[in-house]
Amino acid sequence: MTQSFPVTITVNEKEYKRDVEPRLLLSDFLRHELGLTGTHVGCEHGVCGACTVLFDGESVRSCLIFAIQADAHSITTVEGLAKDKDNLHPIQQGFWEAHGLQCGYCTPGILMTLVPFLKENPNPTEDEIRHAISGNLCRCTGYQHIVDAVKLAAEKMR
Amino acid sequence: MKPAPFEYHVPDSLEQALDLMSQYADEAKILAGGQSLVPAMNFRVVQPSMLIDLNRVSELSLIREEGEAIRIGAMARERHLEFDSSIAKHIPLLTEATPFIAHPQIRNRGTIGGSIVNADPAAELPVLMLTLDARLKAQNISGERWIDAHDFFAGMFTTALAPDEILVEIELPYMPPHTGWSFMEVAPRTGDYALMGVAALVTLDENGKCKKAKLVYLNAGDGPVDAKESAKLLEGETLNDALIESAAAMASQKEINPFGNVHTSIDFQRHLANVLTKKALKQAMQRAEENQQ
Repeated sequence: MTQSFPVTITVNEKEYKRDVEPRLLLSDFLRHELGLTGTHVGCEHGVCGACTVLFDGESVRSCLIFAIQADAHSITTVEGLAKDKDNLHPIQQGFWEAHGLQCGYCTPGILMTLVPFLKENPNPTEDEIRHAISGNLCRCTGYQHIVDAVKLAAEKMR
Repeated sequence: MKPAPFEYHVPDSLEQALDLMSQYADEAKILAGGQSLVPAMNFRVVQPSMLIDLNRVSELSLIREEGEAIRIGAMARERHLEFDSSIAKHIPLLTEATPFIAHPQIRNRGTIGGSIVNADPAAELPVLMLTLDARLKAQNISGERWIDAHDFFAGMFTTALAPDEILVEIELPYMPPHTGWSFMEVAPRTGDYALMGVAALVTLDENGKCKKAKLVYLNAGDGPVDAKESAKLLEGETLNDALIESAAAMASQKEINPFGNVHTSIDFQRHLANVLTKKALKQAMQRAEENQQ
């Protein structure tokens, strides 16, 4: 065990103070320290995209950042999208209605990738959607229903 | 899949970072964007005993115009290069090539300096540094020096930096007038490491002849490969299909030295280099002609 350091990290607009070892990954911090298990861990080397979260509003791989680096920064995870279970974020609603998931493992990462994407590009073409989710691996759907879900979500958000 | 323990320092000025490097150069590794280092640490392929994190050294992430050049702080994120208006205006090759680097989630963290110092032969930025005749500013506690990109890459994951030096700034001269550009690569999937890639520049003179050409390849050897002889074939000539064909044949057969991997044979890499060179030169030539009007 190496030395731990105090950090203050804002997650989904709530401030958390914890002591962390420098080697603790942000993904593990969210899951193990805060119990926010919506952020999934797939490959742990930045390829699968399952652990994507927003770091100061930008999508990043939480498995490639140390929690200590998030000190004084603001993180948004999939838990931060919906107000409550009856009020899903439009992207979540789109996935719900268009069957954009099967097993659901990749879904949180895909949702977090799409939040800034649809903000920047509210009316994306199918090609742009496929390009935007190219850094998130899904092994169930073949992506077709995900693409449909993004189109539906974009419509809802416009 | 968890990194080994390490000691962590997070300086908030360059001066502090240089001071730390002067004390701990032998054991410390610089943490820039972490998009190559952290995966390697997660696999425990590398187990540095100390990290010096530059992410709070804000002075290293500036992008500014100076003279006829753009100066980019080593900690500027790849995503910022992609959307910077002065880069788009003066060095459009860089704007066009940056989106080929992995995915937006990676480019949001990955830095220009980190990618250059990592010196992965399959990476885009080292190739672009040679293509654009970059100068790289290295600093240690006793001073600074400028290193020509052509002298910087010293082999697979190896550079000319001394152990206590930090790459702090990159200077890219504006692309000359009447210059066309192209960047092309072939990857098995979007955002994956490319099997082969090329950056091309063509500068035309007032008579429409090729004044200067550049062809630099990725995943084609133990570093970015500058195919100087092939480019020379084109210089002083009016470019036509036959010349482009010869340059592509020479570059792909003689000047590059790809290793092959599980996804591709060496022959296929040479084939790709040949096809990409022809396409890239034609696009660069066309853009140079458009720039001349």
